[in-house]
Parts: sequence; structure tokens; C-alpha cells
Amino acid sequence: MAELTDLGIAAIRDGVRDGEFSAREVAQAFIDRVAAAKALNAFLVETPDHALKAADAADAARASGDLKPMSGVPIGMKDLFCTEGVPTTAASGILAGFTPTYESTVSANLWAAGAGMLGKLNLDQFAMGSSNETSAFGNVISPWRRNDGGNAALAPGGSSGGSSSAISARLCPAATGTDTGGSIRQPAAFVGISGIKPTYGRCSRWGVVAFASSLDQAGAMAHDVTDCAIMLGAMAGFDPKDSTSLDLPVPDWAGSLSGSLKGKTVGIPKEYRVDGMPAEIEMLWEQGIAWLKDAGAEVVEVSLPHTRYALPAYYIIAPAEASSNLARYDGVRYGLRDLPDGAGLQDMYAATRAAGFGPEVKRRIMIGTYVLSAGFYDAYYNQAQKVRALIARDFEAAWERCDLLLTPTAPSAAFALGEKQADPLAMYLNDVFTVPASLAGLPAMSVPGGLDAQGLPLGLQIIGKPLDEQGVLDAGLAIEQRAGFSARPEQWW
Amino acid sequence: MTESTYRIQGATGEWEVVIGLEVHAQVTSQAKLFSGAATAFGAEPNTQVSLIDAAMPGMLPVPNKECIRQAVRTGMAIEAQINKWSRFDRKNYFYADLPQGYQISQLYHPLVGEGAIEVTLDEKDPDSPTKRIGIERIHVEQDAGKLMHDQHPTRSYVDLNRSGVALMEIVSRPDMRSPAEAGAYVKKLRSILRYVGSCDGNMEEGSMRADVNVSVRKPGEPFGTRTETKNVNSVRFVMAVVEIEARRQVDVIEDGGKVVQETRLYDPDRNETRSMRSKEDAHDYRYFPDPDLLPLELDDAFLEECRASLPELPDAKRKRYEGELGLTAYAAAVLTAEAETARWYEALLDACGDAGMAKAASNWLISDLFGALNRLGKDIDDSPVSPRQGAELLKLVADGTLSGSLAKQVFEIMLETGDDPAKIVEEKGLKQTSDTGAIEEVIAKVLADNADKVEQYKGGKEALFGFFVGQTMKAMAGKANPQVVNELLRKALS
Amino acid sequence: MSVDIPTVKKIASLARIAMTDQEAEALAPELNNILGWIEQLGEVDTANVEPMTAVIPNHLRLREDIVTDGNVRDRVLANAPQAEHGFFAVPKVIE
Repeated sequence: MAELTDLGIAAIRDGVRDGEFSAREVAQAFIDRVAAAKALNAFLVETPDHALKAADAADAARASGDLKPMSGVPIGMKDLFCTEGVPTTAASGILAGFTPTYESTVSANLWAAGAGMLGKLNLDQFAMGSSNETSAFGNVISPWRRNDGGNAALAPGGSSGGSSSAISARLCPAATGTDTGGSIRQPAAFVGISGIKPTYGRCSRWGVVAFASSLDQAGAMAHDVTDCAIMLGAMAGFDPKDSTSLDLPVPDWAGSLSGSLKGKTVGIPKEYRVDGMPAEIEMLWEQGIAWLKDAGAEVVEVSLPHTRYALPAYYIIAPAEASSNLARYDGVRYGLRDLPDGAGLQDMYAATRAAGFGPEVKRRIMIGTYVLSAGFYDAYYNQAQKVRALIARDFEAAWERCDLLLTPTAPSAAFALGEKQADPLAMYLNDVFTVPASLAGLPAMSVPGGLDAQGLPLGLQIIGKPLDEQGVLDAGLAIEQRAGFSARPEQWW
Repeated sequence: MTESTYRIQGATGEWEVVIGLEVHAQVTSQAKLFSGAATAFGAEPNTQVSLIDAAMPGMLPVPNKECIRQAVRTGMAIEAQINKWSRFDRKNYFYADLPQGYQISQLYHPLVGEGAIEVTLDEKDPDSPTKRIGIERIHVEQDAGKLMHDQHPTRSYVDLNRSGVALMEIVSRPDMRSPAEAGAYVKKLRSILRYVGSCDGNMEEGSMRADVNVSVRKPGEPFGTRTETKNVNSVRFVMAVVEIEARRQVDVIEDGGKVVQETRLYDPDRNETRSMRSKEDAHDYRYFPDPDLLPLELDDAFLEECRASLPELPDAKRKRYEGELGLTAYAAAVLTAEAETARWYEALLDACGDAGMAKAASNWLISDLFGALNRLGKDIDDSPVSPRQGAELLKLVADGTLSGSLAKQVFEIMLETGDDPAKIVEEKGLKQTSDTGAIEEVIAKVLADNADKVEQYKGGKEALFGFFVGQTMKAMAGKANPQVVNELLRKALS
Repeated sequence: MSVDIPTVKKIASLARIAMTDQEAEALAPELNNILGWIEQLGEVDTANVEPMTAVIPNHLRLREDIVTDGNVRDRVLANAPQAEHGFFAVPKVIE
């Protein structure tokens, strides 16, 4: 039998159900593996007791024939989700020492579905970053290495870099992620796992530390498409506490999964063929097209003419919202307080925020503050929201011709830590393929397609119509079945 | 419309004051605008606070329907345009009483648009001029928490009980030209809000407060630079702020200075305004639509319910009291100025069961009841005498059981004991008598005892008639029906 | 449009982030680089385009006026850097 830690959600669920192993054995195996993987810096807090308690409940439930969809599955929780009694920092200094007295809706849903928590996962500070280099608690290291014999530490992607690294290194079978401009899909692509961001409003934002409210959406990250479908099903659902939550039933995505795309039309947006795209990515894209055709889909070229404006629009809207969302971190009610001698209230704010926010967070707060400041609102924010409307219209026009879109997930494979840190703009460009779907609130996922010449994973992105997570997952499964992606990083840590 | 002639005498001539008011009215609701915490006044610090009100990470707002409904009803009461599509915006600034670092308000698309109210400068003067004051908008927003400065020498304390309570901000046009107009506007607005039930109008508890925008100009010239004096919490203070701020501005300009557009604070103890240092750099609020909330869209059924639930408003009621009930303009104005008074009056009239008693009821309420309540320092809602008891008393007068003076005696006892008038009349034997035999007997005695005066009366000194009435009433301890006494006396003296 | 150092400092002050001259000097070119790139949005013709208000068609739900929350002072103050007598404490504010 394979190692317990090699198993995914479905396999653990079935094994526990069939009595092949106990949930406690599974939890203990992952707990031990987490404890031995400090070098990856994926976990900020380890919560073995939480995982074991859920495991014991699962074992008891099995005895009484009362198993739930994720009974006995220990998962990792991105440290952007508030967890009652467990420190939650958003990987920031300003939330140092903050222990929520409440549980986010998404995490509560997962616990209700029988899952347990192995710990809180590192991330880019306040989910702002594409490489997990902005965490106040150090970089997360990808378990992957280039096949050039060098030991360059690679980025696990961001912002859900702790999640991607931990799953890829088999520290947990699955983890939550959040996606504002690509923070689930890009890290999933970088480490060769699957990750789905559902339609905006499917997962409650209540209790998730906010980055950009109109874009933030929680999702699932796991080894394969089926596990993503199971986990997303457990996370999603209407929440009256979130005004933007969709009051719709959650379909049985996992139960309805099908790798057949007969009758489906897949669009290939021509504007995504950006200048300087590596040939390997181009090739993988072509391969993806062939796989989808093989699965029965018709493939057409479509146009999303405003694609090139998506990133600049995103880098107005997201920082603007962030500058306001992060105003609450002021040293008054929780978190860090920096009170220089003789400082007044406003000095305390400025000192606290200077000490508690990292450089990238400050940069974005500055941009957001600037674009909203007197006289600039129309030129920046309002214009960006208009462009956003045009981007959404582009997608609507595309849906007249196709059911799904296929694109690469990221313009490159994982880069080395430090490689892009000096140039914020170059880092932002990493989100070029993921941001448009975020702006339009569309469901999208990344599935691994293959390896590049350096032996690093590359991902393919599927974007669906609003609420069509099923179509996205089905296409993901079709690719997964044909790609046969089985590469995994060698354990060096 | 009547032009005000209020002028400030300056060294360089006469100045006119221009006033606009932003009234913040706390919406009457059980729970807060965006959270389920209670709104009641006077609770222990930070007990009426949800994690949302404390702006904990990841907390989200969900709007309270009743707050929206009350703002819509208020808009309807001032005949304003109701916007079926509105939005919440964030007003960003840092202050310790503002946990989110922004206030959820409405800038770009308010719930209520253009409206107006009619104010009468002196409600009690039937000839007083009336003026229409434009209302630019009403929007809904969150209140801030409270800072306490005097509990500790070096620290301020933050209480978030008020944080997130729903406010309506009612923004007037700069249509007022005198302290009296500003005062009348606030009073009228307060009256309307209390009729509608959308705000309790309690200025002492801060349920209603005004930001007073004042500028001065030479009559006929364009508007001058205005200052905004924040959180003024009584009608008297609003009038005082207009007066002293206008005076101050005239002095500044005439001394060769310039009025600075700024936020000021009123100090009632010194009766002066001063610049608010803490708000100095708070002018760039970086408003943008709140991304946690979708646009607020109201359907026709909702608006219909709001309209159907509106009570008769003070202006309409006043006209009806004058027209249908035949009350004087003064009485109608007094009885309708406050919703409670009108309610009490209508309950009284109902209990009388006879619209013909409208005037008698109005007179009794305005002179006797108000006089007594004034003396006792009580509001009409705490009146020791109920409308039913008042009506009983009025009926005893109408059917001749009590004379006017007996009724006053009975009323005094009612105030003290809370007893019904019939019981008092019975127990104290205060019933007036119309027994002609008994009265004739007394008259005969009075005339016999005053034979000299009878002579004088018959000799032409008719003024003595009142003396005989008085003597008769005195002999009967005030209980004789004065009308019967008059008739019998005339007969006896003829 | 170019953001100069005084502007950077003004924005930092609006955002309540203490910033040294050196930090402001370092940040200015970065912000200019990013803002310059963002400005290409100006070339998009958005006449007659309404700004996006909701990414997915949805309507704002209103809750009933019922007290369902509060009376959780311990939880509200649990993480406070300084809480005294049931209040959050901050350096003295002069209004």
C-alpha cells in the first residue's frame, strides 16, 4: 500500500469508510510529515489536536455509519481564514498575536463536513503577492527543484503558496486557498496540483481576512480534480452573513463529474497569445487543445479584446479596495500596537502601520490611497470599473460562441525566490492570465499539464461561465485523464 | 416665501447670514444598520457591540431592512424623490471612534433625493410667515463610537456601543437666513421625524444632532466661505451657533481677515465656537462604493408599504383641525406641533365621542392640562390624567353636572389622586345643583339680608346683579348651576 | 503624471503609514513605474459604459430588525493591546 500521506481526499475518505485504515492513523501520518517539513516554511501554526479530534470523530462516525463527505480528511488552512482560538495573521506583523474569537464560514463548513485542520498555512502577506515572498514569517519554499542540479529555492507561487507547497510536498492532502487575481490557480500551476476558484459569491467571505472584497473568493486546492470537487462542495454555500453570497443550492459537483466534453465548445482566446510567451507554454496550450478535442469538445478561437487592460484595471481596483479594507489595522482593537514615547493617536496609527505592514502591502495601500484620493477617482477607480465592465462584456460575448475557455495558467513555470522581487511590475505581470476571470467573477481552475525542460510543472487554466463550476471541473478532469501527470518533487527537506 | 430681514450690523454695513444644516437623526430600530447588536441608549461600555461593529478581520455588513424602510418613509414625509437604486459608499478616515477606518455612508447615490419642508417661524402666531426650506438629500450611514477623555489623565477610552447605529443624514439647502429660521427648521424636522416614527428626536441623548454650516455675505452678493460646526445638540444651541458664528465671521472679514473653510466645535459653556484640530486633515475621504455591499434596489411593493404606513403629518393635521374641527389657527398649531400632543388630543376627542366638543377639549388641553403638566414638569405622555378621564371631566361640564370652577377643583384632585372625575364628584359632593327650590330658598335669604342693596338695584344700580350672584353661589359653596342662579335671581328681582 | 516625494509623503500620511524621507525616495520611482503602467487604461473608450457594480447578478438582501448579536464584550476586547474598565484605551485625544 502507498504511504497514507500520498493519498488524496477521495482515497482517504474511502479508506476510512472501508476500514482499510483509521482516520487517526491518517491524521497522525500527516501530522508527523508536517512536523518534519519545517524547511519548506509552509505552516505558520500546527494544530495536531484539531486534526486528531476530527479524526477521532470520523472513526466514531464510521462505527455508527454516520460518515460525512470529508470525514477523516486532515487539511491545511490558509492563514487568511479566521479560526477560533487559533492565531490568524494573514502572514502579517500587524496581526501578530491575533487569535480570533470566531470561525470563518468556510472553515466552519469544512469542519461540519468532517474535515480536521493540520495547521495554518503561510501565504503572501494579506494575500498580496505571486511568489509567497511577502510573508512576514519568511518565504515558503517550493518542494520542486530545477533539474539543472542547482539547489535554487523556487517560489511556490502566491498568494496561496503555503497551500501549494504543502500539498505538493504531501504535508496535507488538500488545503484551502483564496484567489483575488490568481492566488489559487498560479500557485497550483507552479507545483503541479489542481486548484479551483469558484464563481464569486459561491464561498462566503465571512471570516476571511479581506484583501479586495469584490474579487476575493475562497477555493479548493488538492492533488486532483475530483478532490477539488469534493472539497469545494464542502466549502461552498449560501451565507446570509455575506451580502455578496449567492443564495443558490450547491450542486453535487463531485458526483456529477464527467471527463466527456461531447457537445461542448471550448474557446481559445487569441489575446492570451502574449508576446514573449515561452515556447513550452505555447506547446502545452496546443497539447491542451488536442486533449479537449480528444474528449469530444469542439474548439474555436474567440476574442476577448480588452484582455490587455485587465491587469492595469486590477492593479487599481484591488489596491483601492485593499487600502480601505486594511484601514482597520490601527493598533486599537487587536494586533500590533506601536506607541512611540509621547505619541498621540494619529502618530500611533502611523507607527503601528509602518511597523506592521510589509513593503508590498504598503506599496499597494499607497497605490490604492493615491488612486482614490481627491481628484483622481474618475480617472482611475471609476475608469477601472468601466473597463472591468467591458472585460465582463468580452466574456459574455465569448459565451455566445463557447462554453469554456482554455488558456495557460501562468506565463512561466515557477521562478526562483528573489528573481522578481526587485521589480514589482514584473511580479504583477505573472497574473496576466488569471486576472481577467477574477475581474469578471468567473469560475476558473488550474490543472497540471506537464513539465517544462527544467522539470518544473506547468498548468492549464479553464475558465467557465458564471456558476458553471461543473463545466470547469469536467474539462479539468478531461485534461487530467489525458495528461497523466504523475511527476512529484523529490524529497530533499 | 417671505424674505428674512435678519441682519448683522457690521462696521462696514449690514451682513446677511446663510445657513445650511446637516441633521444626523438616529433611525429608530432595534438593531444596528449592518449588525445584529442592539441600539438601546445607556448600556455598559462595549456590550452592544458585535464583532462586525468592532471591525474584526473578515467581518461583513448586512443591511437592516427597517433602517432602510424608515429612511424611505422619512423621505416620503418630506415629499422627496425616493431613489429605487442607491448604493453604499465608504468614507475613509482614521479616528479611534471609527473601527473600520471608514464609515459606510452614501455619497454618489443616496437613498432619498430632493425634498422640502415648510417652516413657520412662530408656530403660535397665526400670522407668522412660512418658508419652504429645500432638502437636498437624505442618506443612510453608520454612526461612530464614542471617545471618553476624562476617565484617565493620559488616555482616551473607546466605547463602540454606538458604532454602527443607523443614522439618516438630512442635508438641507443653504436656504435659511436667520437663527430663528434655523431653529424653526430643526423643530419642524424633529416634529416630522417623530410623527413618522423614524427617529425619537431626543437631542439630549444624541439621537438628533446638527452640523451647522454658516457663511456671511453682504445682501445680494454671492455665498461666502462657510464653516461647519459639528454635533450641535439642541435647537437653542443651533440658533446660538448661527448667531455667534455669523458675528465671528463678520468680525474676521471686517478685520481684514478671511474665513477659513473648516470644522468647528461649539462650546456651550463659553458660548463660542473653536476650530477642531482633530479633523484638520480629514478632508480627503477617498469615497468609493463599498465592495462588501451590492446596490440597494427597492421594489414597488416595498415603497407601497412605506407609503401606506405613513401617518397623517403635522401640516395636514393642522389644516384638518382648523377646517373640520373648527379650532383656531393657534390651537391647531399647538396641538399638532408634537405627535404626542396630537395623539393625546385625538384620544381625548375619541373618548368624548362628540366632535362638537372639539373646541372645549382643545381649550381644556391647552390651558388646563398643559398648565398642570408645566407645573408638574411632566410630558404629556406621563400625564397623571388619561384622555379617558379628561373626556369624562369635559362631559360632566357639558351636561351641567359641573360648573367651570367646580371642574377646575375636580381636575386638581384628579391630578393628585389619579381618580376618575365621577368618583371625586360623588365622594366630595362637588356636584352642582340645579334644584330650583333650594336655590330659590337661598336667593330669598340673600335678598332679605341685603335689603339695602336690593333697593339700590331697583333704583337703577344694575351692576349689583353680580353681587347677588356671588352671594348666592357663596352660600351654596359654589355648587349651584350658575345659569339657573341667574335666571332665578332675575325673576326674584323683577 | 509623476508622483514626487512630497506627494508620496502626503499619500503616506493619508494612509497613516509613517515614512522616512529615504523610504519615500525609494518608493517614488516604484509608484511612478506602476502608475505609469496603470495609466494606459485612459486609452480605453468608456463613454456610455456604466462602471461595474456587481460581478455576478445578485441583489442586496436586507435582514430583519432583530437583535441577534452583541453582549460579547469579552470577545470584542479579547485581542485588545490595551483595554481598561471595559473600554479600549488609546493615547489621549484632544478634540
